[in-house]
Amino acid sequence: MLAYRATYLTGIFNYTIQIGAYFFLWQAVYENQGRLGGMAQEEMLTYVIIAWVARSFYFNTLDRTLSDEIREGQIATELIRPYSYQWAKMARSLGEGLFRLLFFTIPGAVFIYFLHPFGGPAGWTVGVLFAISLMGSFLINSQINLLVGYLAFFTLSTSGILRAKRVVVDLLSGLLMPISFYPLWAREIIEYLPFQAITYLPNMIYLGKLEGLKAIKALALQGFWFVVLLMMSYFIWRLAVRKLTIQGG
Amino acid sequence: MVIIEAKGLTKEFKIFRRREGVVGAFRDLFTRQYQVLKAVDNIDFVVRQGELVGYIGANGAGKSTTIKMMTGILVPTSGHLQVNGFCPHRNREKYTRGIGVVFGQRSQLWWDLAVIESFRLLQRIYRVSEVDFQQRLHRFEDILDIGDYLHLPVRKLSLGQRMRCELAAALLHNPTLLFLDEPTIGLDVLAKANIRDFLKEVNQTLETTIILTTHDLGDIEALCSRVAIIDQGKMLYDGSLDQLRAHWGEDNLEEVVKDIYQGQQPPGVKGWGE
Ligand SMILES: Nc1ncnc2c1ncn2[C@@H]1O[C@H](COP(=O)(O)OP(=O)(O)OP(=O)(O)O)[C@@H](O)[C@H]1O
Ligand SMILES: [Mg+2]
Repeated sequence: MLAYRATYLTGIFNYTIQIGAYFFLWQAVYENQGRLGGMAQEEMLTYVIIAWVARSFYFNTLDRTLSDEIREGQIATELIRPYSYQWAKMARSLGEGLFRLLFFTIPGAVFIYFLHPFGGPAGWTVGVLFAISLMGSFLINSQINLLVGYLAFFTLSTSGILRAKRVVVDLLSGLLMPISFYPLWAREIIEYLPFQAITYLPNMIYLGKLEGLKAIKALALQGFWFVVLLMMSYFIWRLAVRKLTIQGG
Repeated sequence: MVIIEAKGLTKEFKIFRRREGVVGAFRDLFTRQYQVLKAVDNIDFVVRQGELVGYIGANGAGKSTTIKMMTGILVPTSGHLQVNGFCPHRNREKYTRGIGVVFGQRSQLWWDLAVIESFRLLQRIYRVSEVDFQQRLHRFEDILDIGDYLHLPVRKLSLGQRMRCELAAALLHNPTLLFLDEPTIGLDVLAKANIRDFLKEVNQTLETTIILTTHDLGDIEALCSRVAIIDQGKMLYDGSLDQLRAHWGEDNLEEVVKDIYQGQQPPGVKGWGE
């Protein structure tokens, strides 16, 4: 683990900078404004903090890992094992996510709380619903990463695609700003995409803006997207393994 | 008992040719020129339990491609292939429980974990009982001499140290069949001897069937009574080492192989390579 101390510390630094930057940005935006996009200033700041804190749990680099393994042929050493490649990768990411949750996400949230107290979830049920929706974020985000990683089966130059994916997810998930800030036509499109289920929906549950049945519906929508993406990645995997040519001796 | 049965096994690769220059790159966007390369061309191959087969051939002859098909990670273009009663790529997850694989060029241990932790993970993956695990581990420690670096992370091992650990890792679940693609590549004389002894012992005491590719004919002479030679995807020779020497009337295996790789025919033998 010692070798990763540096990664760990830069990670903390990185997140602090990100949260700090958006924090001040939104403070400036809200100058002399009451509510924007249906949110008061304090709610907005909580949104930013929760969005980034949650991201430190569900985030992973499966897309890059897969695409590298496919491009370099290292996938061969995984395919000789008696397990499913996808589920092994998901399990590994979940392990990393839980590790970060304990040693990074939660301490980070406490630390930020001391810098700037933010609102907690409105009650236990909301807290539990939010926790479940975080799991949904992880599952959906991982499946999207798997799908993007699989593109390396079809084209060996993937770095552009990986970068584009990152921008799309950051924008359409609601990480950079809540979906309610988008113009109506854009919101209508985004509602039919899986990305908002990664950040926007869980955050709305946390802020108590999706309550009771609406919150349950949001969770169901997450479940729906997970299943759809899972089927897609399963299908592409079946197709790709057939025409897979392992690179290198 | 027949362990591997291949009939007419073939693997074709489409090689896309890049055209030169900016204009070429632009044209490549729309129409891609490719040629078909038969990396493995209509091979028949039968291996029985307990055999130790040396599989040799010049660079690019098709050895690794054959191994990859037999281990279930490449789908053959055509032909029949059955190993351990399975069609390798179709029942990959079940099939791979019964085989061990070492790719000399690639590590399959977890780079950042201590060797022993990699072994523990493999124990879980292959569901090896604690008793079996301990017994095998001690045995590998003895013969392969890996006790000293079991607690080092894999990335800190030298090539030779790592290769011994790879071998141990491939055998922890006591597979009936072991595929080795250049397991002695880059090793010093002692390490090679050590690994040869180990393979011999595994083959003899556990009846593990072993398929081994190598460019070191010393490996072949030390280990294999049977040798298969592949050339440009085609099986040139499959038989005993002694017979091969007899065909060529030459005892020095290196000379024989040199002649074969240069495309020469053995003097006075009819139907060579048919
Ligand atoms: N993924 C691939 N795409 C296209 N061609 C490939 C691919 N893998 C292998 N080949 C071609 O197939 C042929 C056989 O390759 P293979 O790796 O099986 O050779 P080999 O006998 O293992 O050689 P070496 O002794 O150098 O390891 C080579 O001509 C190689 O260029
Ligand atoms: Mg090879």
